[in-house]
Amino acid sequence: MTKNVKERRVISVIVMNESSVLSRITSLFAARGYNIESLTVAPIPNSDMSHITIATTGSSKLMEQITKQLHKLIPVYKVIEHEEMVEKEMVLAKFPIAENLADISVLSSAYNGGVVNVGMEMIIVMVADEPKRVKHFIEAAQRYNPSEIVRGGVVAIER
Amino acid sequence: MQMSGAQMVCESIIAEGVKTVFGYPGGAIMHVYDEIYKQNGFEHILNRHEQAAVHAADGYARATGEVGVAMVTSGPGFTNAVTGLATAYMDSIPMVVISGQVPLSLIGTDGFQEIDAVGISRPCTKHNFLVRTLEELPTILKEAFYIARSGRPGPVLVDIPKDITVEIGEFTYPKTVHIPSYKPTYKGNKRQIEKAVDAIKKAKKPLLYIGGGVVLSNAYELVREFAKKTQIPAVETLMARGVMGAKNPLLLGMLGMHGNYASNMAMSETDLVISLGARFDDRVTGKLSEFAKYADIIHVDIDAANIGKLVDVDYPIVGDITEVLKQILPQLDGVDPDRYEAWRNILKRYDDLHPQSYIDSDEVIKPQWAIERIGELVGDDAIITSDVGQHQMWAAQHYPFDRPRQWINSGGLGTMGFGFPAAIGAKRAFPDKIVINITGDGSILMNMQELVTAAEYEIPVINIILNNHFLGMVRQWQTFFYDKRYSETDLSFQPNFKALAEACGGIGYDVTTKAEFDAALKDAIKQNKVCFMNVQTNRFEDVLPMVPSGGALFNMMLPQTTKGEA
Repeated sequence: MTKNVKERRVISVIVMNESSVLSRITSLFAARGYNIESLTVAPIPNSDMSHITIATTGSSKLMEQITKQLHKLIPVYKVIEHEEMVEKEMVLAKFPIAENLADISVLSSAYNGGVVNVGMEMIIVMVADEPKRVKHFIEAAQRYNPSEIVRGGVVAIER
Repeated sequence: MQMSGAQMVCESIIAEGVKTVFGYPGGAIMHVYDEIYKQNGFEHILNRHEQAAVHAADGYARATGEVGVAMVTSGPGFTNAVTGLATAYMDSIPMVVISGQVPLSLIGTDGFQEIDAVGISRPCTKHNFLVRTLEELPTILKEAFYIARSGRPGPVLVDIPKDITVEIGEFTYPKTVHIPSYKPTYKGNKRQIEKAVDAIKKAKKPLLYIGGGVVLSNAYELVREFAKKTQIPAVETLMARGVMGAKNPLLLGMLGMHGNYASNMAMSETDLVISLGARFDDRVTGKLSEFAKYADIIHVDIDAANIGKLVDVDYPIVGDITEVLKQILPQLDGVDPDRYEAWRNILKRYDDLHPQSYIDSDEVIKPQWAIERIGELVGDDAIITSDVGQHQMWAAQHYPFDRPRQWINSGGLGTMGFGFPAAIGAKRAFPDKIVINITGDGSILMNMQELVTAAEYEIPVINIILNNHFLGMVRQWQTFFYDKRYSETDLSFQPNFKALAEACGGIGYDVTTKAEFDAALKDAIKQNKVCFMNVQTNRFEDVLPMVPSGGALFNMMLPQTTKGEA
């Protein structure tokens, strides 16, 4: 039964821009025991709406329930459960300047990014890639002793 | 027209056609109460607790089908109202609750009587608003009423900071609402309906499973027509009592944890469940894997999220019951009622085998007898409310409900203390009807201050306390499942209920015999004054049949005497 298999899913929620709309969504997830893996939100250009991208895990039956419950919220305009999508996540990582800068630069370009800042004591790189590749980047980066890594959360768009 | 925010609140309430508002004033809502004092477009009932005010508005809404309105102040006024909101939310009751809030400048500063009302009420309202500017106030109020009554109904909270109620601005009450993200579905999908009708024609043992949605949609006549036309038997949930009518030969009874034998067996053996406005609550289904195990399921519900939430559905139809039944009924001409005759006969035999029954007594009043007696004495004329517990189940099992909105109880949340204030609301809506709150010695104390409200406004609600000196339903579970360890359920220490009613301006009756019961009820109806009828019943009566929590519906504990303990 594929219906009960737990899988990673990405949902886009288009909402009216009004106060506390985000807390309506997060408290719905909390109250009904749904999991949020990552969440991003930003206004949609030239509109009075925002685009929220939520990555979560669950069976298709649970996804159906989440989608329907989200729909019930008054300011929710549209819910898209992504199937064929382009998905990207941005990551910022900070390394000590003493590390091999050429290696770090090559590594970040390999993951669709590059060096964005170099200071007296540290170098900062940015990568933007699919969540699976982002995970690989973070693993590979470990050998250069990163002092800080910040993940941006997933954004997705239907193909 | 130029006016204050407080005036706008009153004008909007009047524009919505509201006749009665229930509430309790306080600091943050005072400007609005000042305007209430000056106007005469609606009356205000001063309940003696905010929870009761919200339940009263709820009872008003359940009795009439209109939006109930309650008003409270900020902080504790609002938090007291939360149980009322949650009660209405669980049963999808249309209601607008207006709460005062500290001035905008004080929000977030832990001001006096400040609490995050929209934050707290988010999970127990259909929607809520914190008003941030005077300009948006009329639109928000209009939307609140619209959201409360449309789609799947529910309570809406409007939280208004005090400074907005004193500010002056231009008022026009909007004629229409425009919420692009909120478009309830009313009509059913044609193809799904055709498929469902086809399934009905092919079924051998179909069963109508009727829920509270039928009451909310005012669809009972259509449901009765459906049943009559097809001769398909029906079961009702707790929230749907009265839809089919007690005398309807196709009604098997109530199903679920305290459903009757025939209803629960019907659900266990049916091959097609036709669910109309029911939501497969755990108190109805028992063990899910055994529920309607041999059946395909047609599920009609206005809330898409209810469909497939607990049970896999074969024929999902999202829509308003009234609209969907109007679409379905003409297509049922091809259904042959004789096709289900064998099925009806099986169910008839089940009912003959274990009818809804109890063992009556001449020495003591049995609670079931009391309920049946009320039915015999007032029947159709009465609106019955109830609190929560054994008395509620006995009322649902034994009262001859003949029409929807005759039975008002807190089904989803199970709120003790609901019955009395709800009865006040119902009686205010229908002053010519007899309104009886069937309650217990536990529940009645949870909103007993409403004696004062009912006495002051001359709202003659009859409270019949089925007094077993126990928190009866919990006691019953302790008997069955906790080896008779009656932890904190013995309510032997009691107030003098008769004197209590009298102290608050009502009438009290102590009733220990059947003759006294009749006399007291007849006198209470004649006196036309709020009253407590304190009815001593046997202590150890159990609500039966009973499906133990989590058990399969067909595994029922059936009525037997509890001799030795009575």
